[in-house]
Amino acid sequence: MELEVIKKEKFSILKLSGDVDLYSSPQVRKKILSLITKSNKNLLVDLAEVTYMDSSGVATLVEALQLTNKNSGTLRLYSLRDAIKDVFELSRLDKVFNIYENEEQAFEGM
Amino acid sequence: MQKKQTSAIDTVEITIPAKAQFLKIIRAAVSSICEVRGFCQDDLNNVILAVDEACSNIIKHAYGKETDLPIQAKINICETKFEIFLKDFGKKADVEKIKPRELDDVRPGGLGVHFIKSVMDEVVYENSQENSNVLKLVKKNNQK
Repeated sequence: MELEVIKKEKFSILKLSGDVDLYSSPQVRKKILSLITKSNKNLLVDLAEVTYMDSSGVATLVEALQLTNKNSGTLRLYSLRDAIKDVFELSRLDKVFNIYENEEQAFEGM
Repeated sequence: MQKKQTSAIDTVEITIPAKAQFLKIIRAAVSSICEVRGFCQDDLNNVILAVDEACSNIIKHAYGKETDLPIQAKINICETKFEIFLKDFGKKADVEKIKPRELDDVRPGGLGVHFIKSVMDEVVYENSQENSNVLKLVKKNNQK
C-alpha cells in the first residue's frame, strides 16, 4: 500500500493505492489523523488505485469522517472501483459518506 | 439427470503465522482458486473479503494480537462450491456472542462478522475441539 498527500489551500488530498487491510490501515489512520486539523479540516481521499479494502480500512475512513465532522469539515471519497464500492454498499456506508465518481466532481464546491 | 458433485475434487492447505502482513497470501490463494473454478467477479471478491475478515478476527480476537502461532486454511475445491476451514489455536470463541452489529450505529469497527455472514452461504463455528477453533465457510458457485 502506498499513500501520497497533496496539500491545497482549502483542503488536502490523500491518494491511496494497493490493498488497505489489517496490515496497512494503521498507516492510513496515522496519516489521516495528522492531516485533519482545526486549520485544515477538509480531506479528499482518492481511492482510484485501491485494489482491496477490508473492514479495518472502512473503519479508518469512518474515524476520519467523525473527525472531520467534529471539526466542521468535509470528507469526500472519489473514484472507487466496483469492488470497493461493494464494500461500502455492504456496510450501508455508501449512504453515510460523500462518494463521488471522479476527481472533478469531488472538487466541486470545495 | 446426473447428480451434481458436492465432494472435494482437490484440497489446498496453507498455513500462515497469525500476522496481518501474511493475510495477502491467503487472499491470493482464495482469488486464484475461485478464478479457476469459474466464480463470477462479485462472488470472487466476496469470498476473498469473508475469508480475509475471518483471518483478521483470528488475529484480533482468538489470538488477541499478532503471533507466530498459525492460521491453518484448508480449502476444498468442489464442483459446485468453495469451502474453507480456518483453524486456530487461540482462545475459545463464545459462539453465541459472535453477532454482526447494527449497521445504523455508524462507528469504526465491528463490520467483519457482518461482511462474513452477508456474503457466505454457510458460516459454522466449530469450537468443540479442546485446543483449537475451526470456522467453516461455504460459498455456492452460482455459475455451475
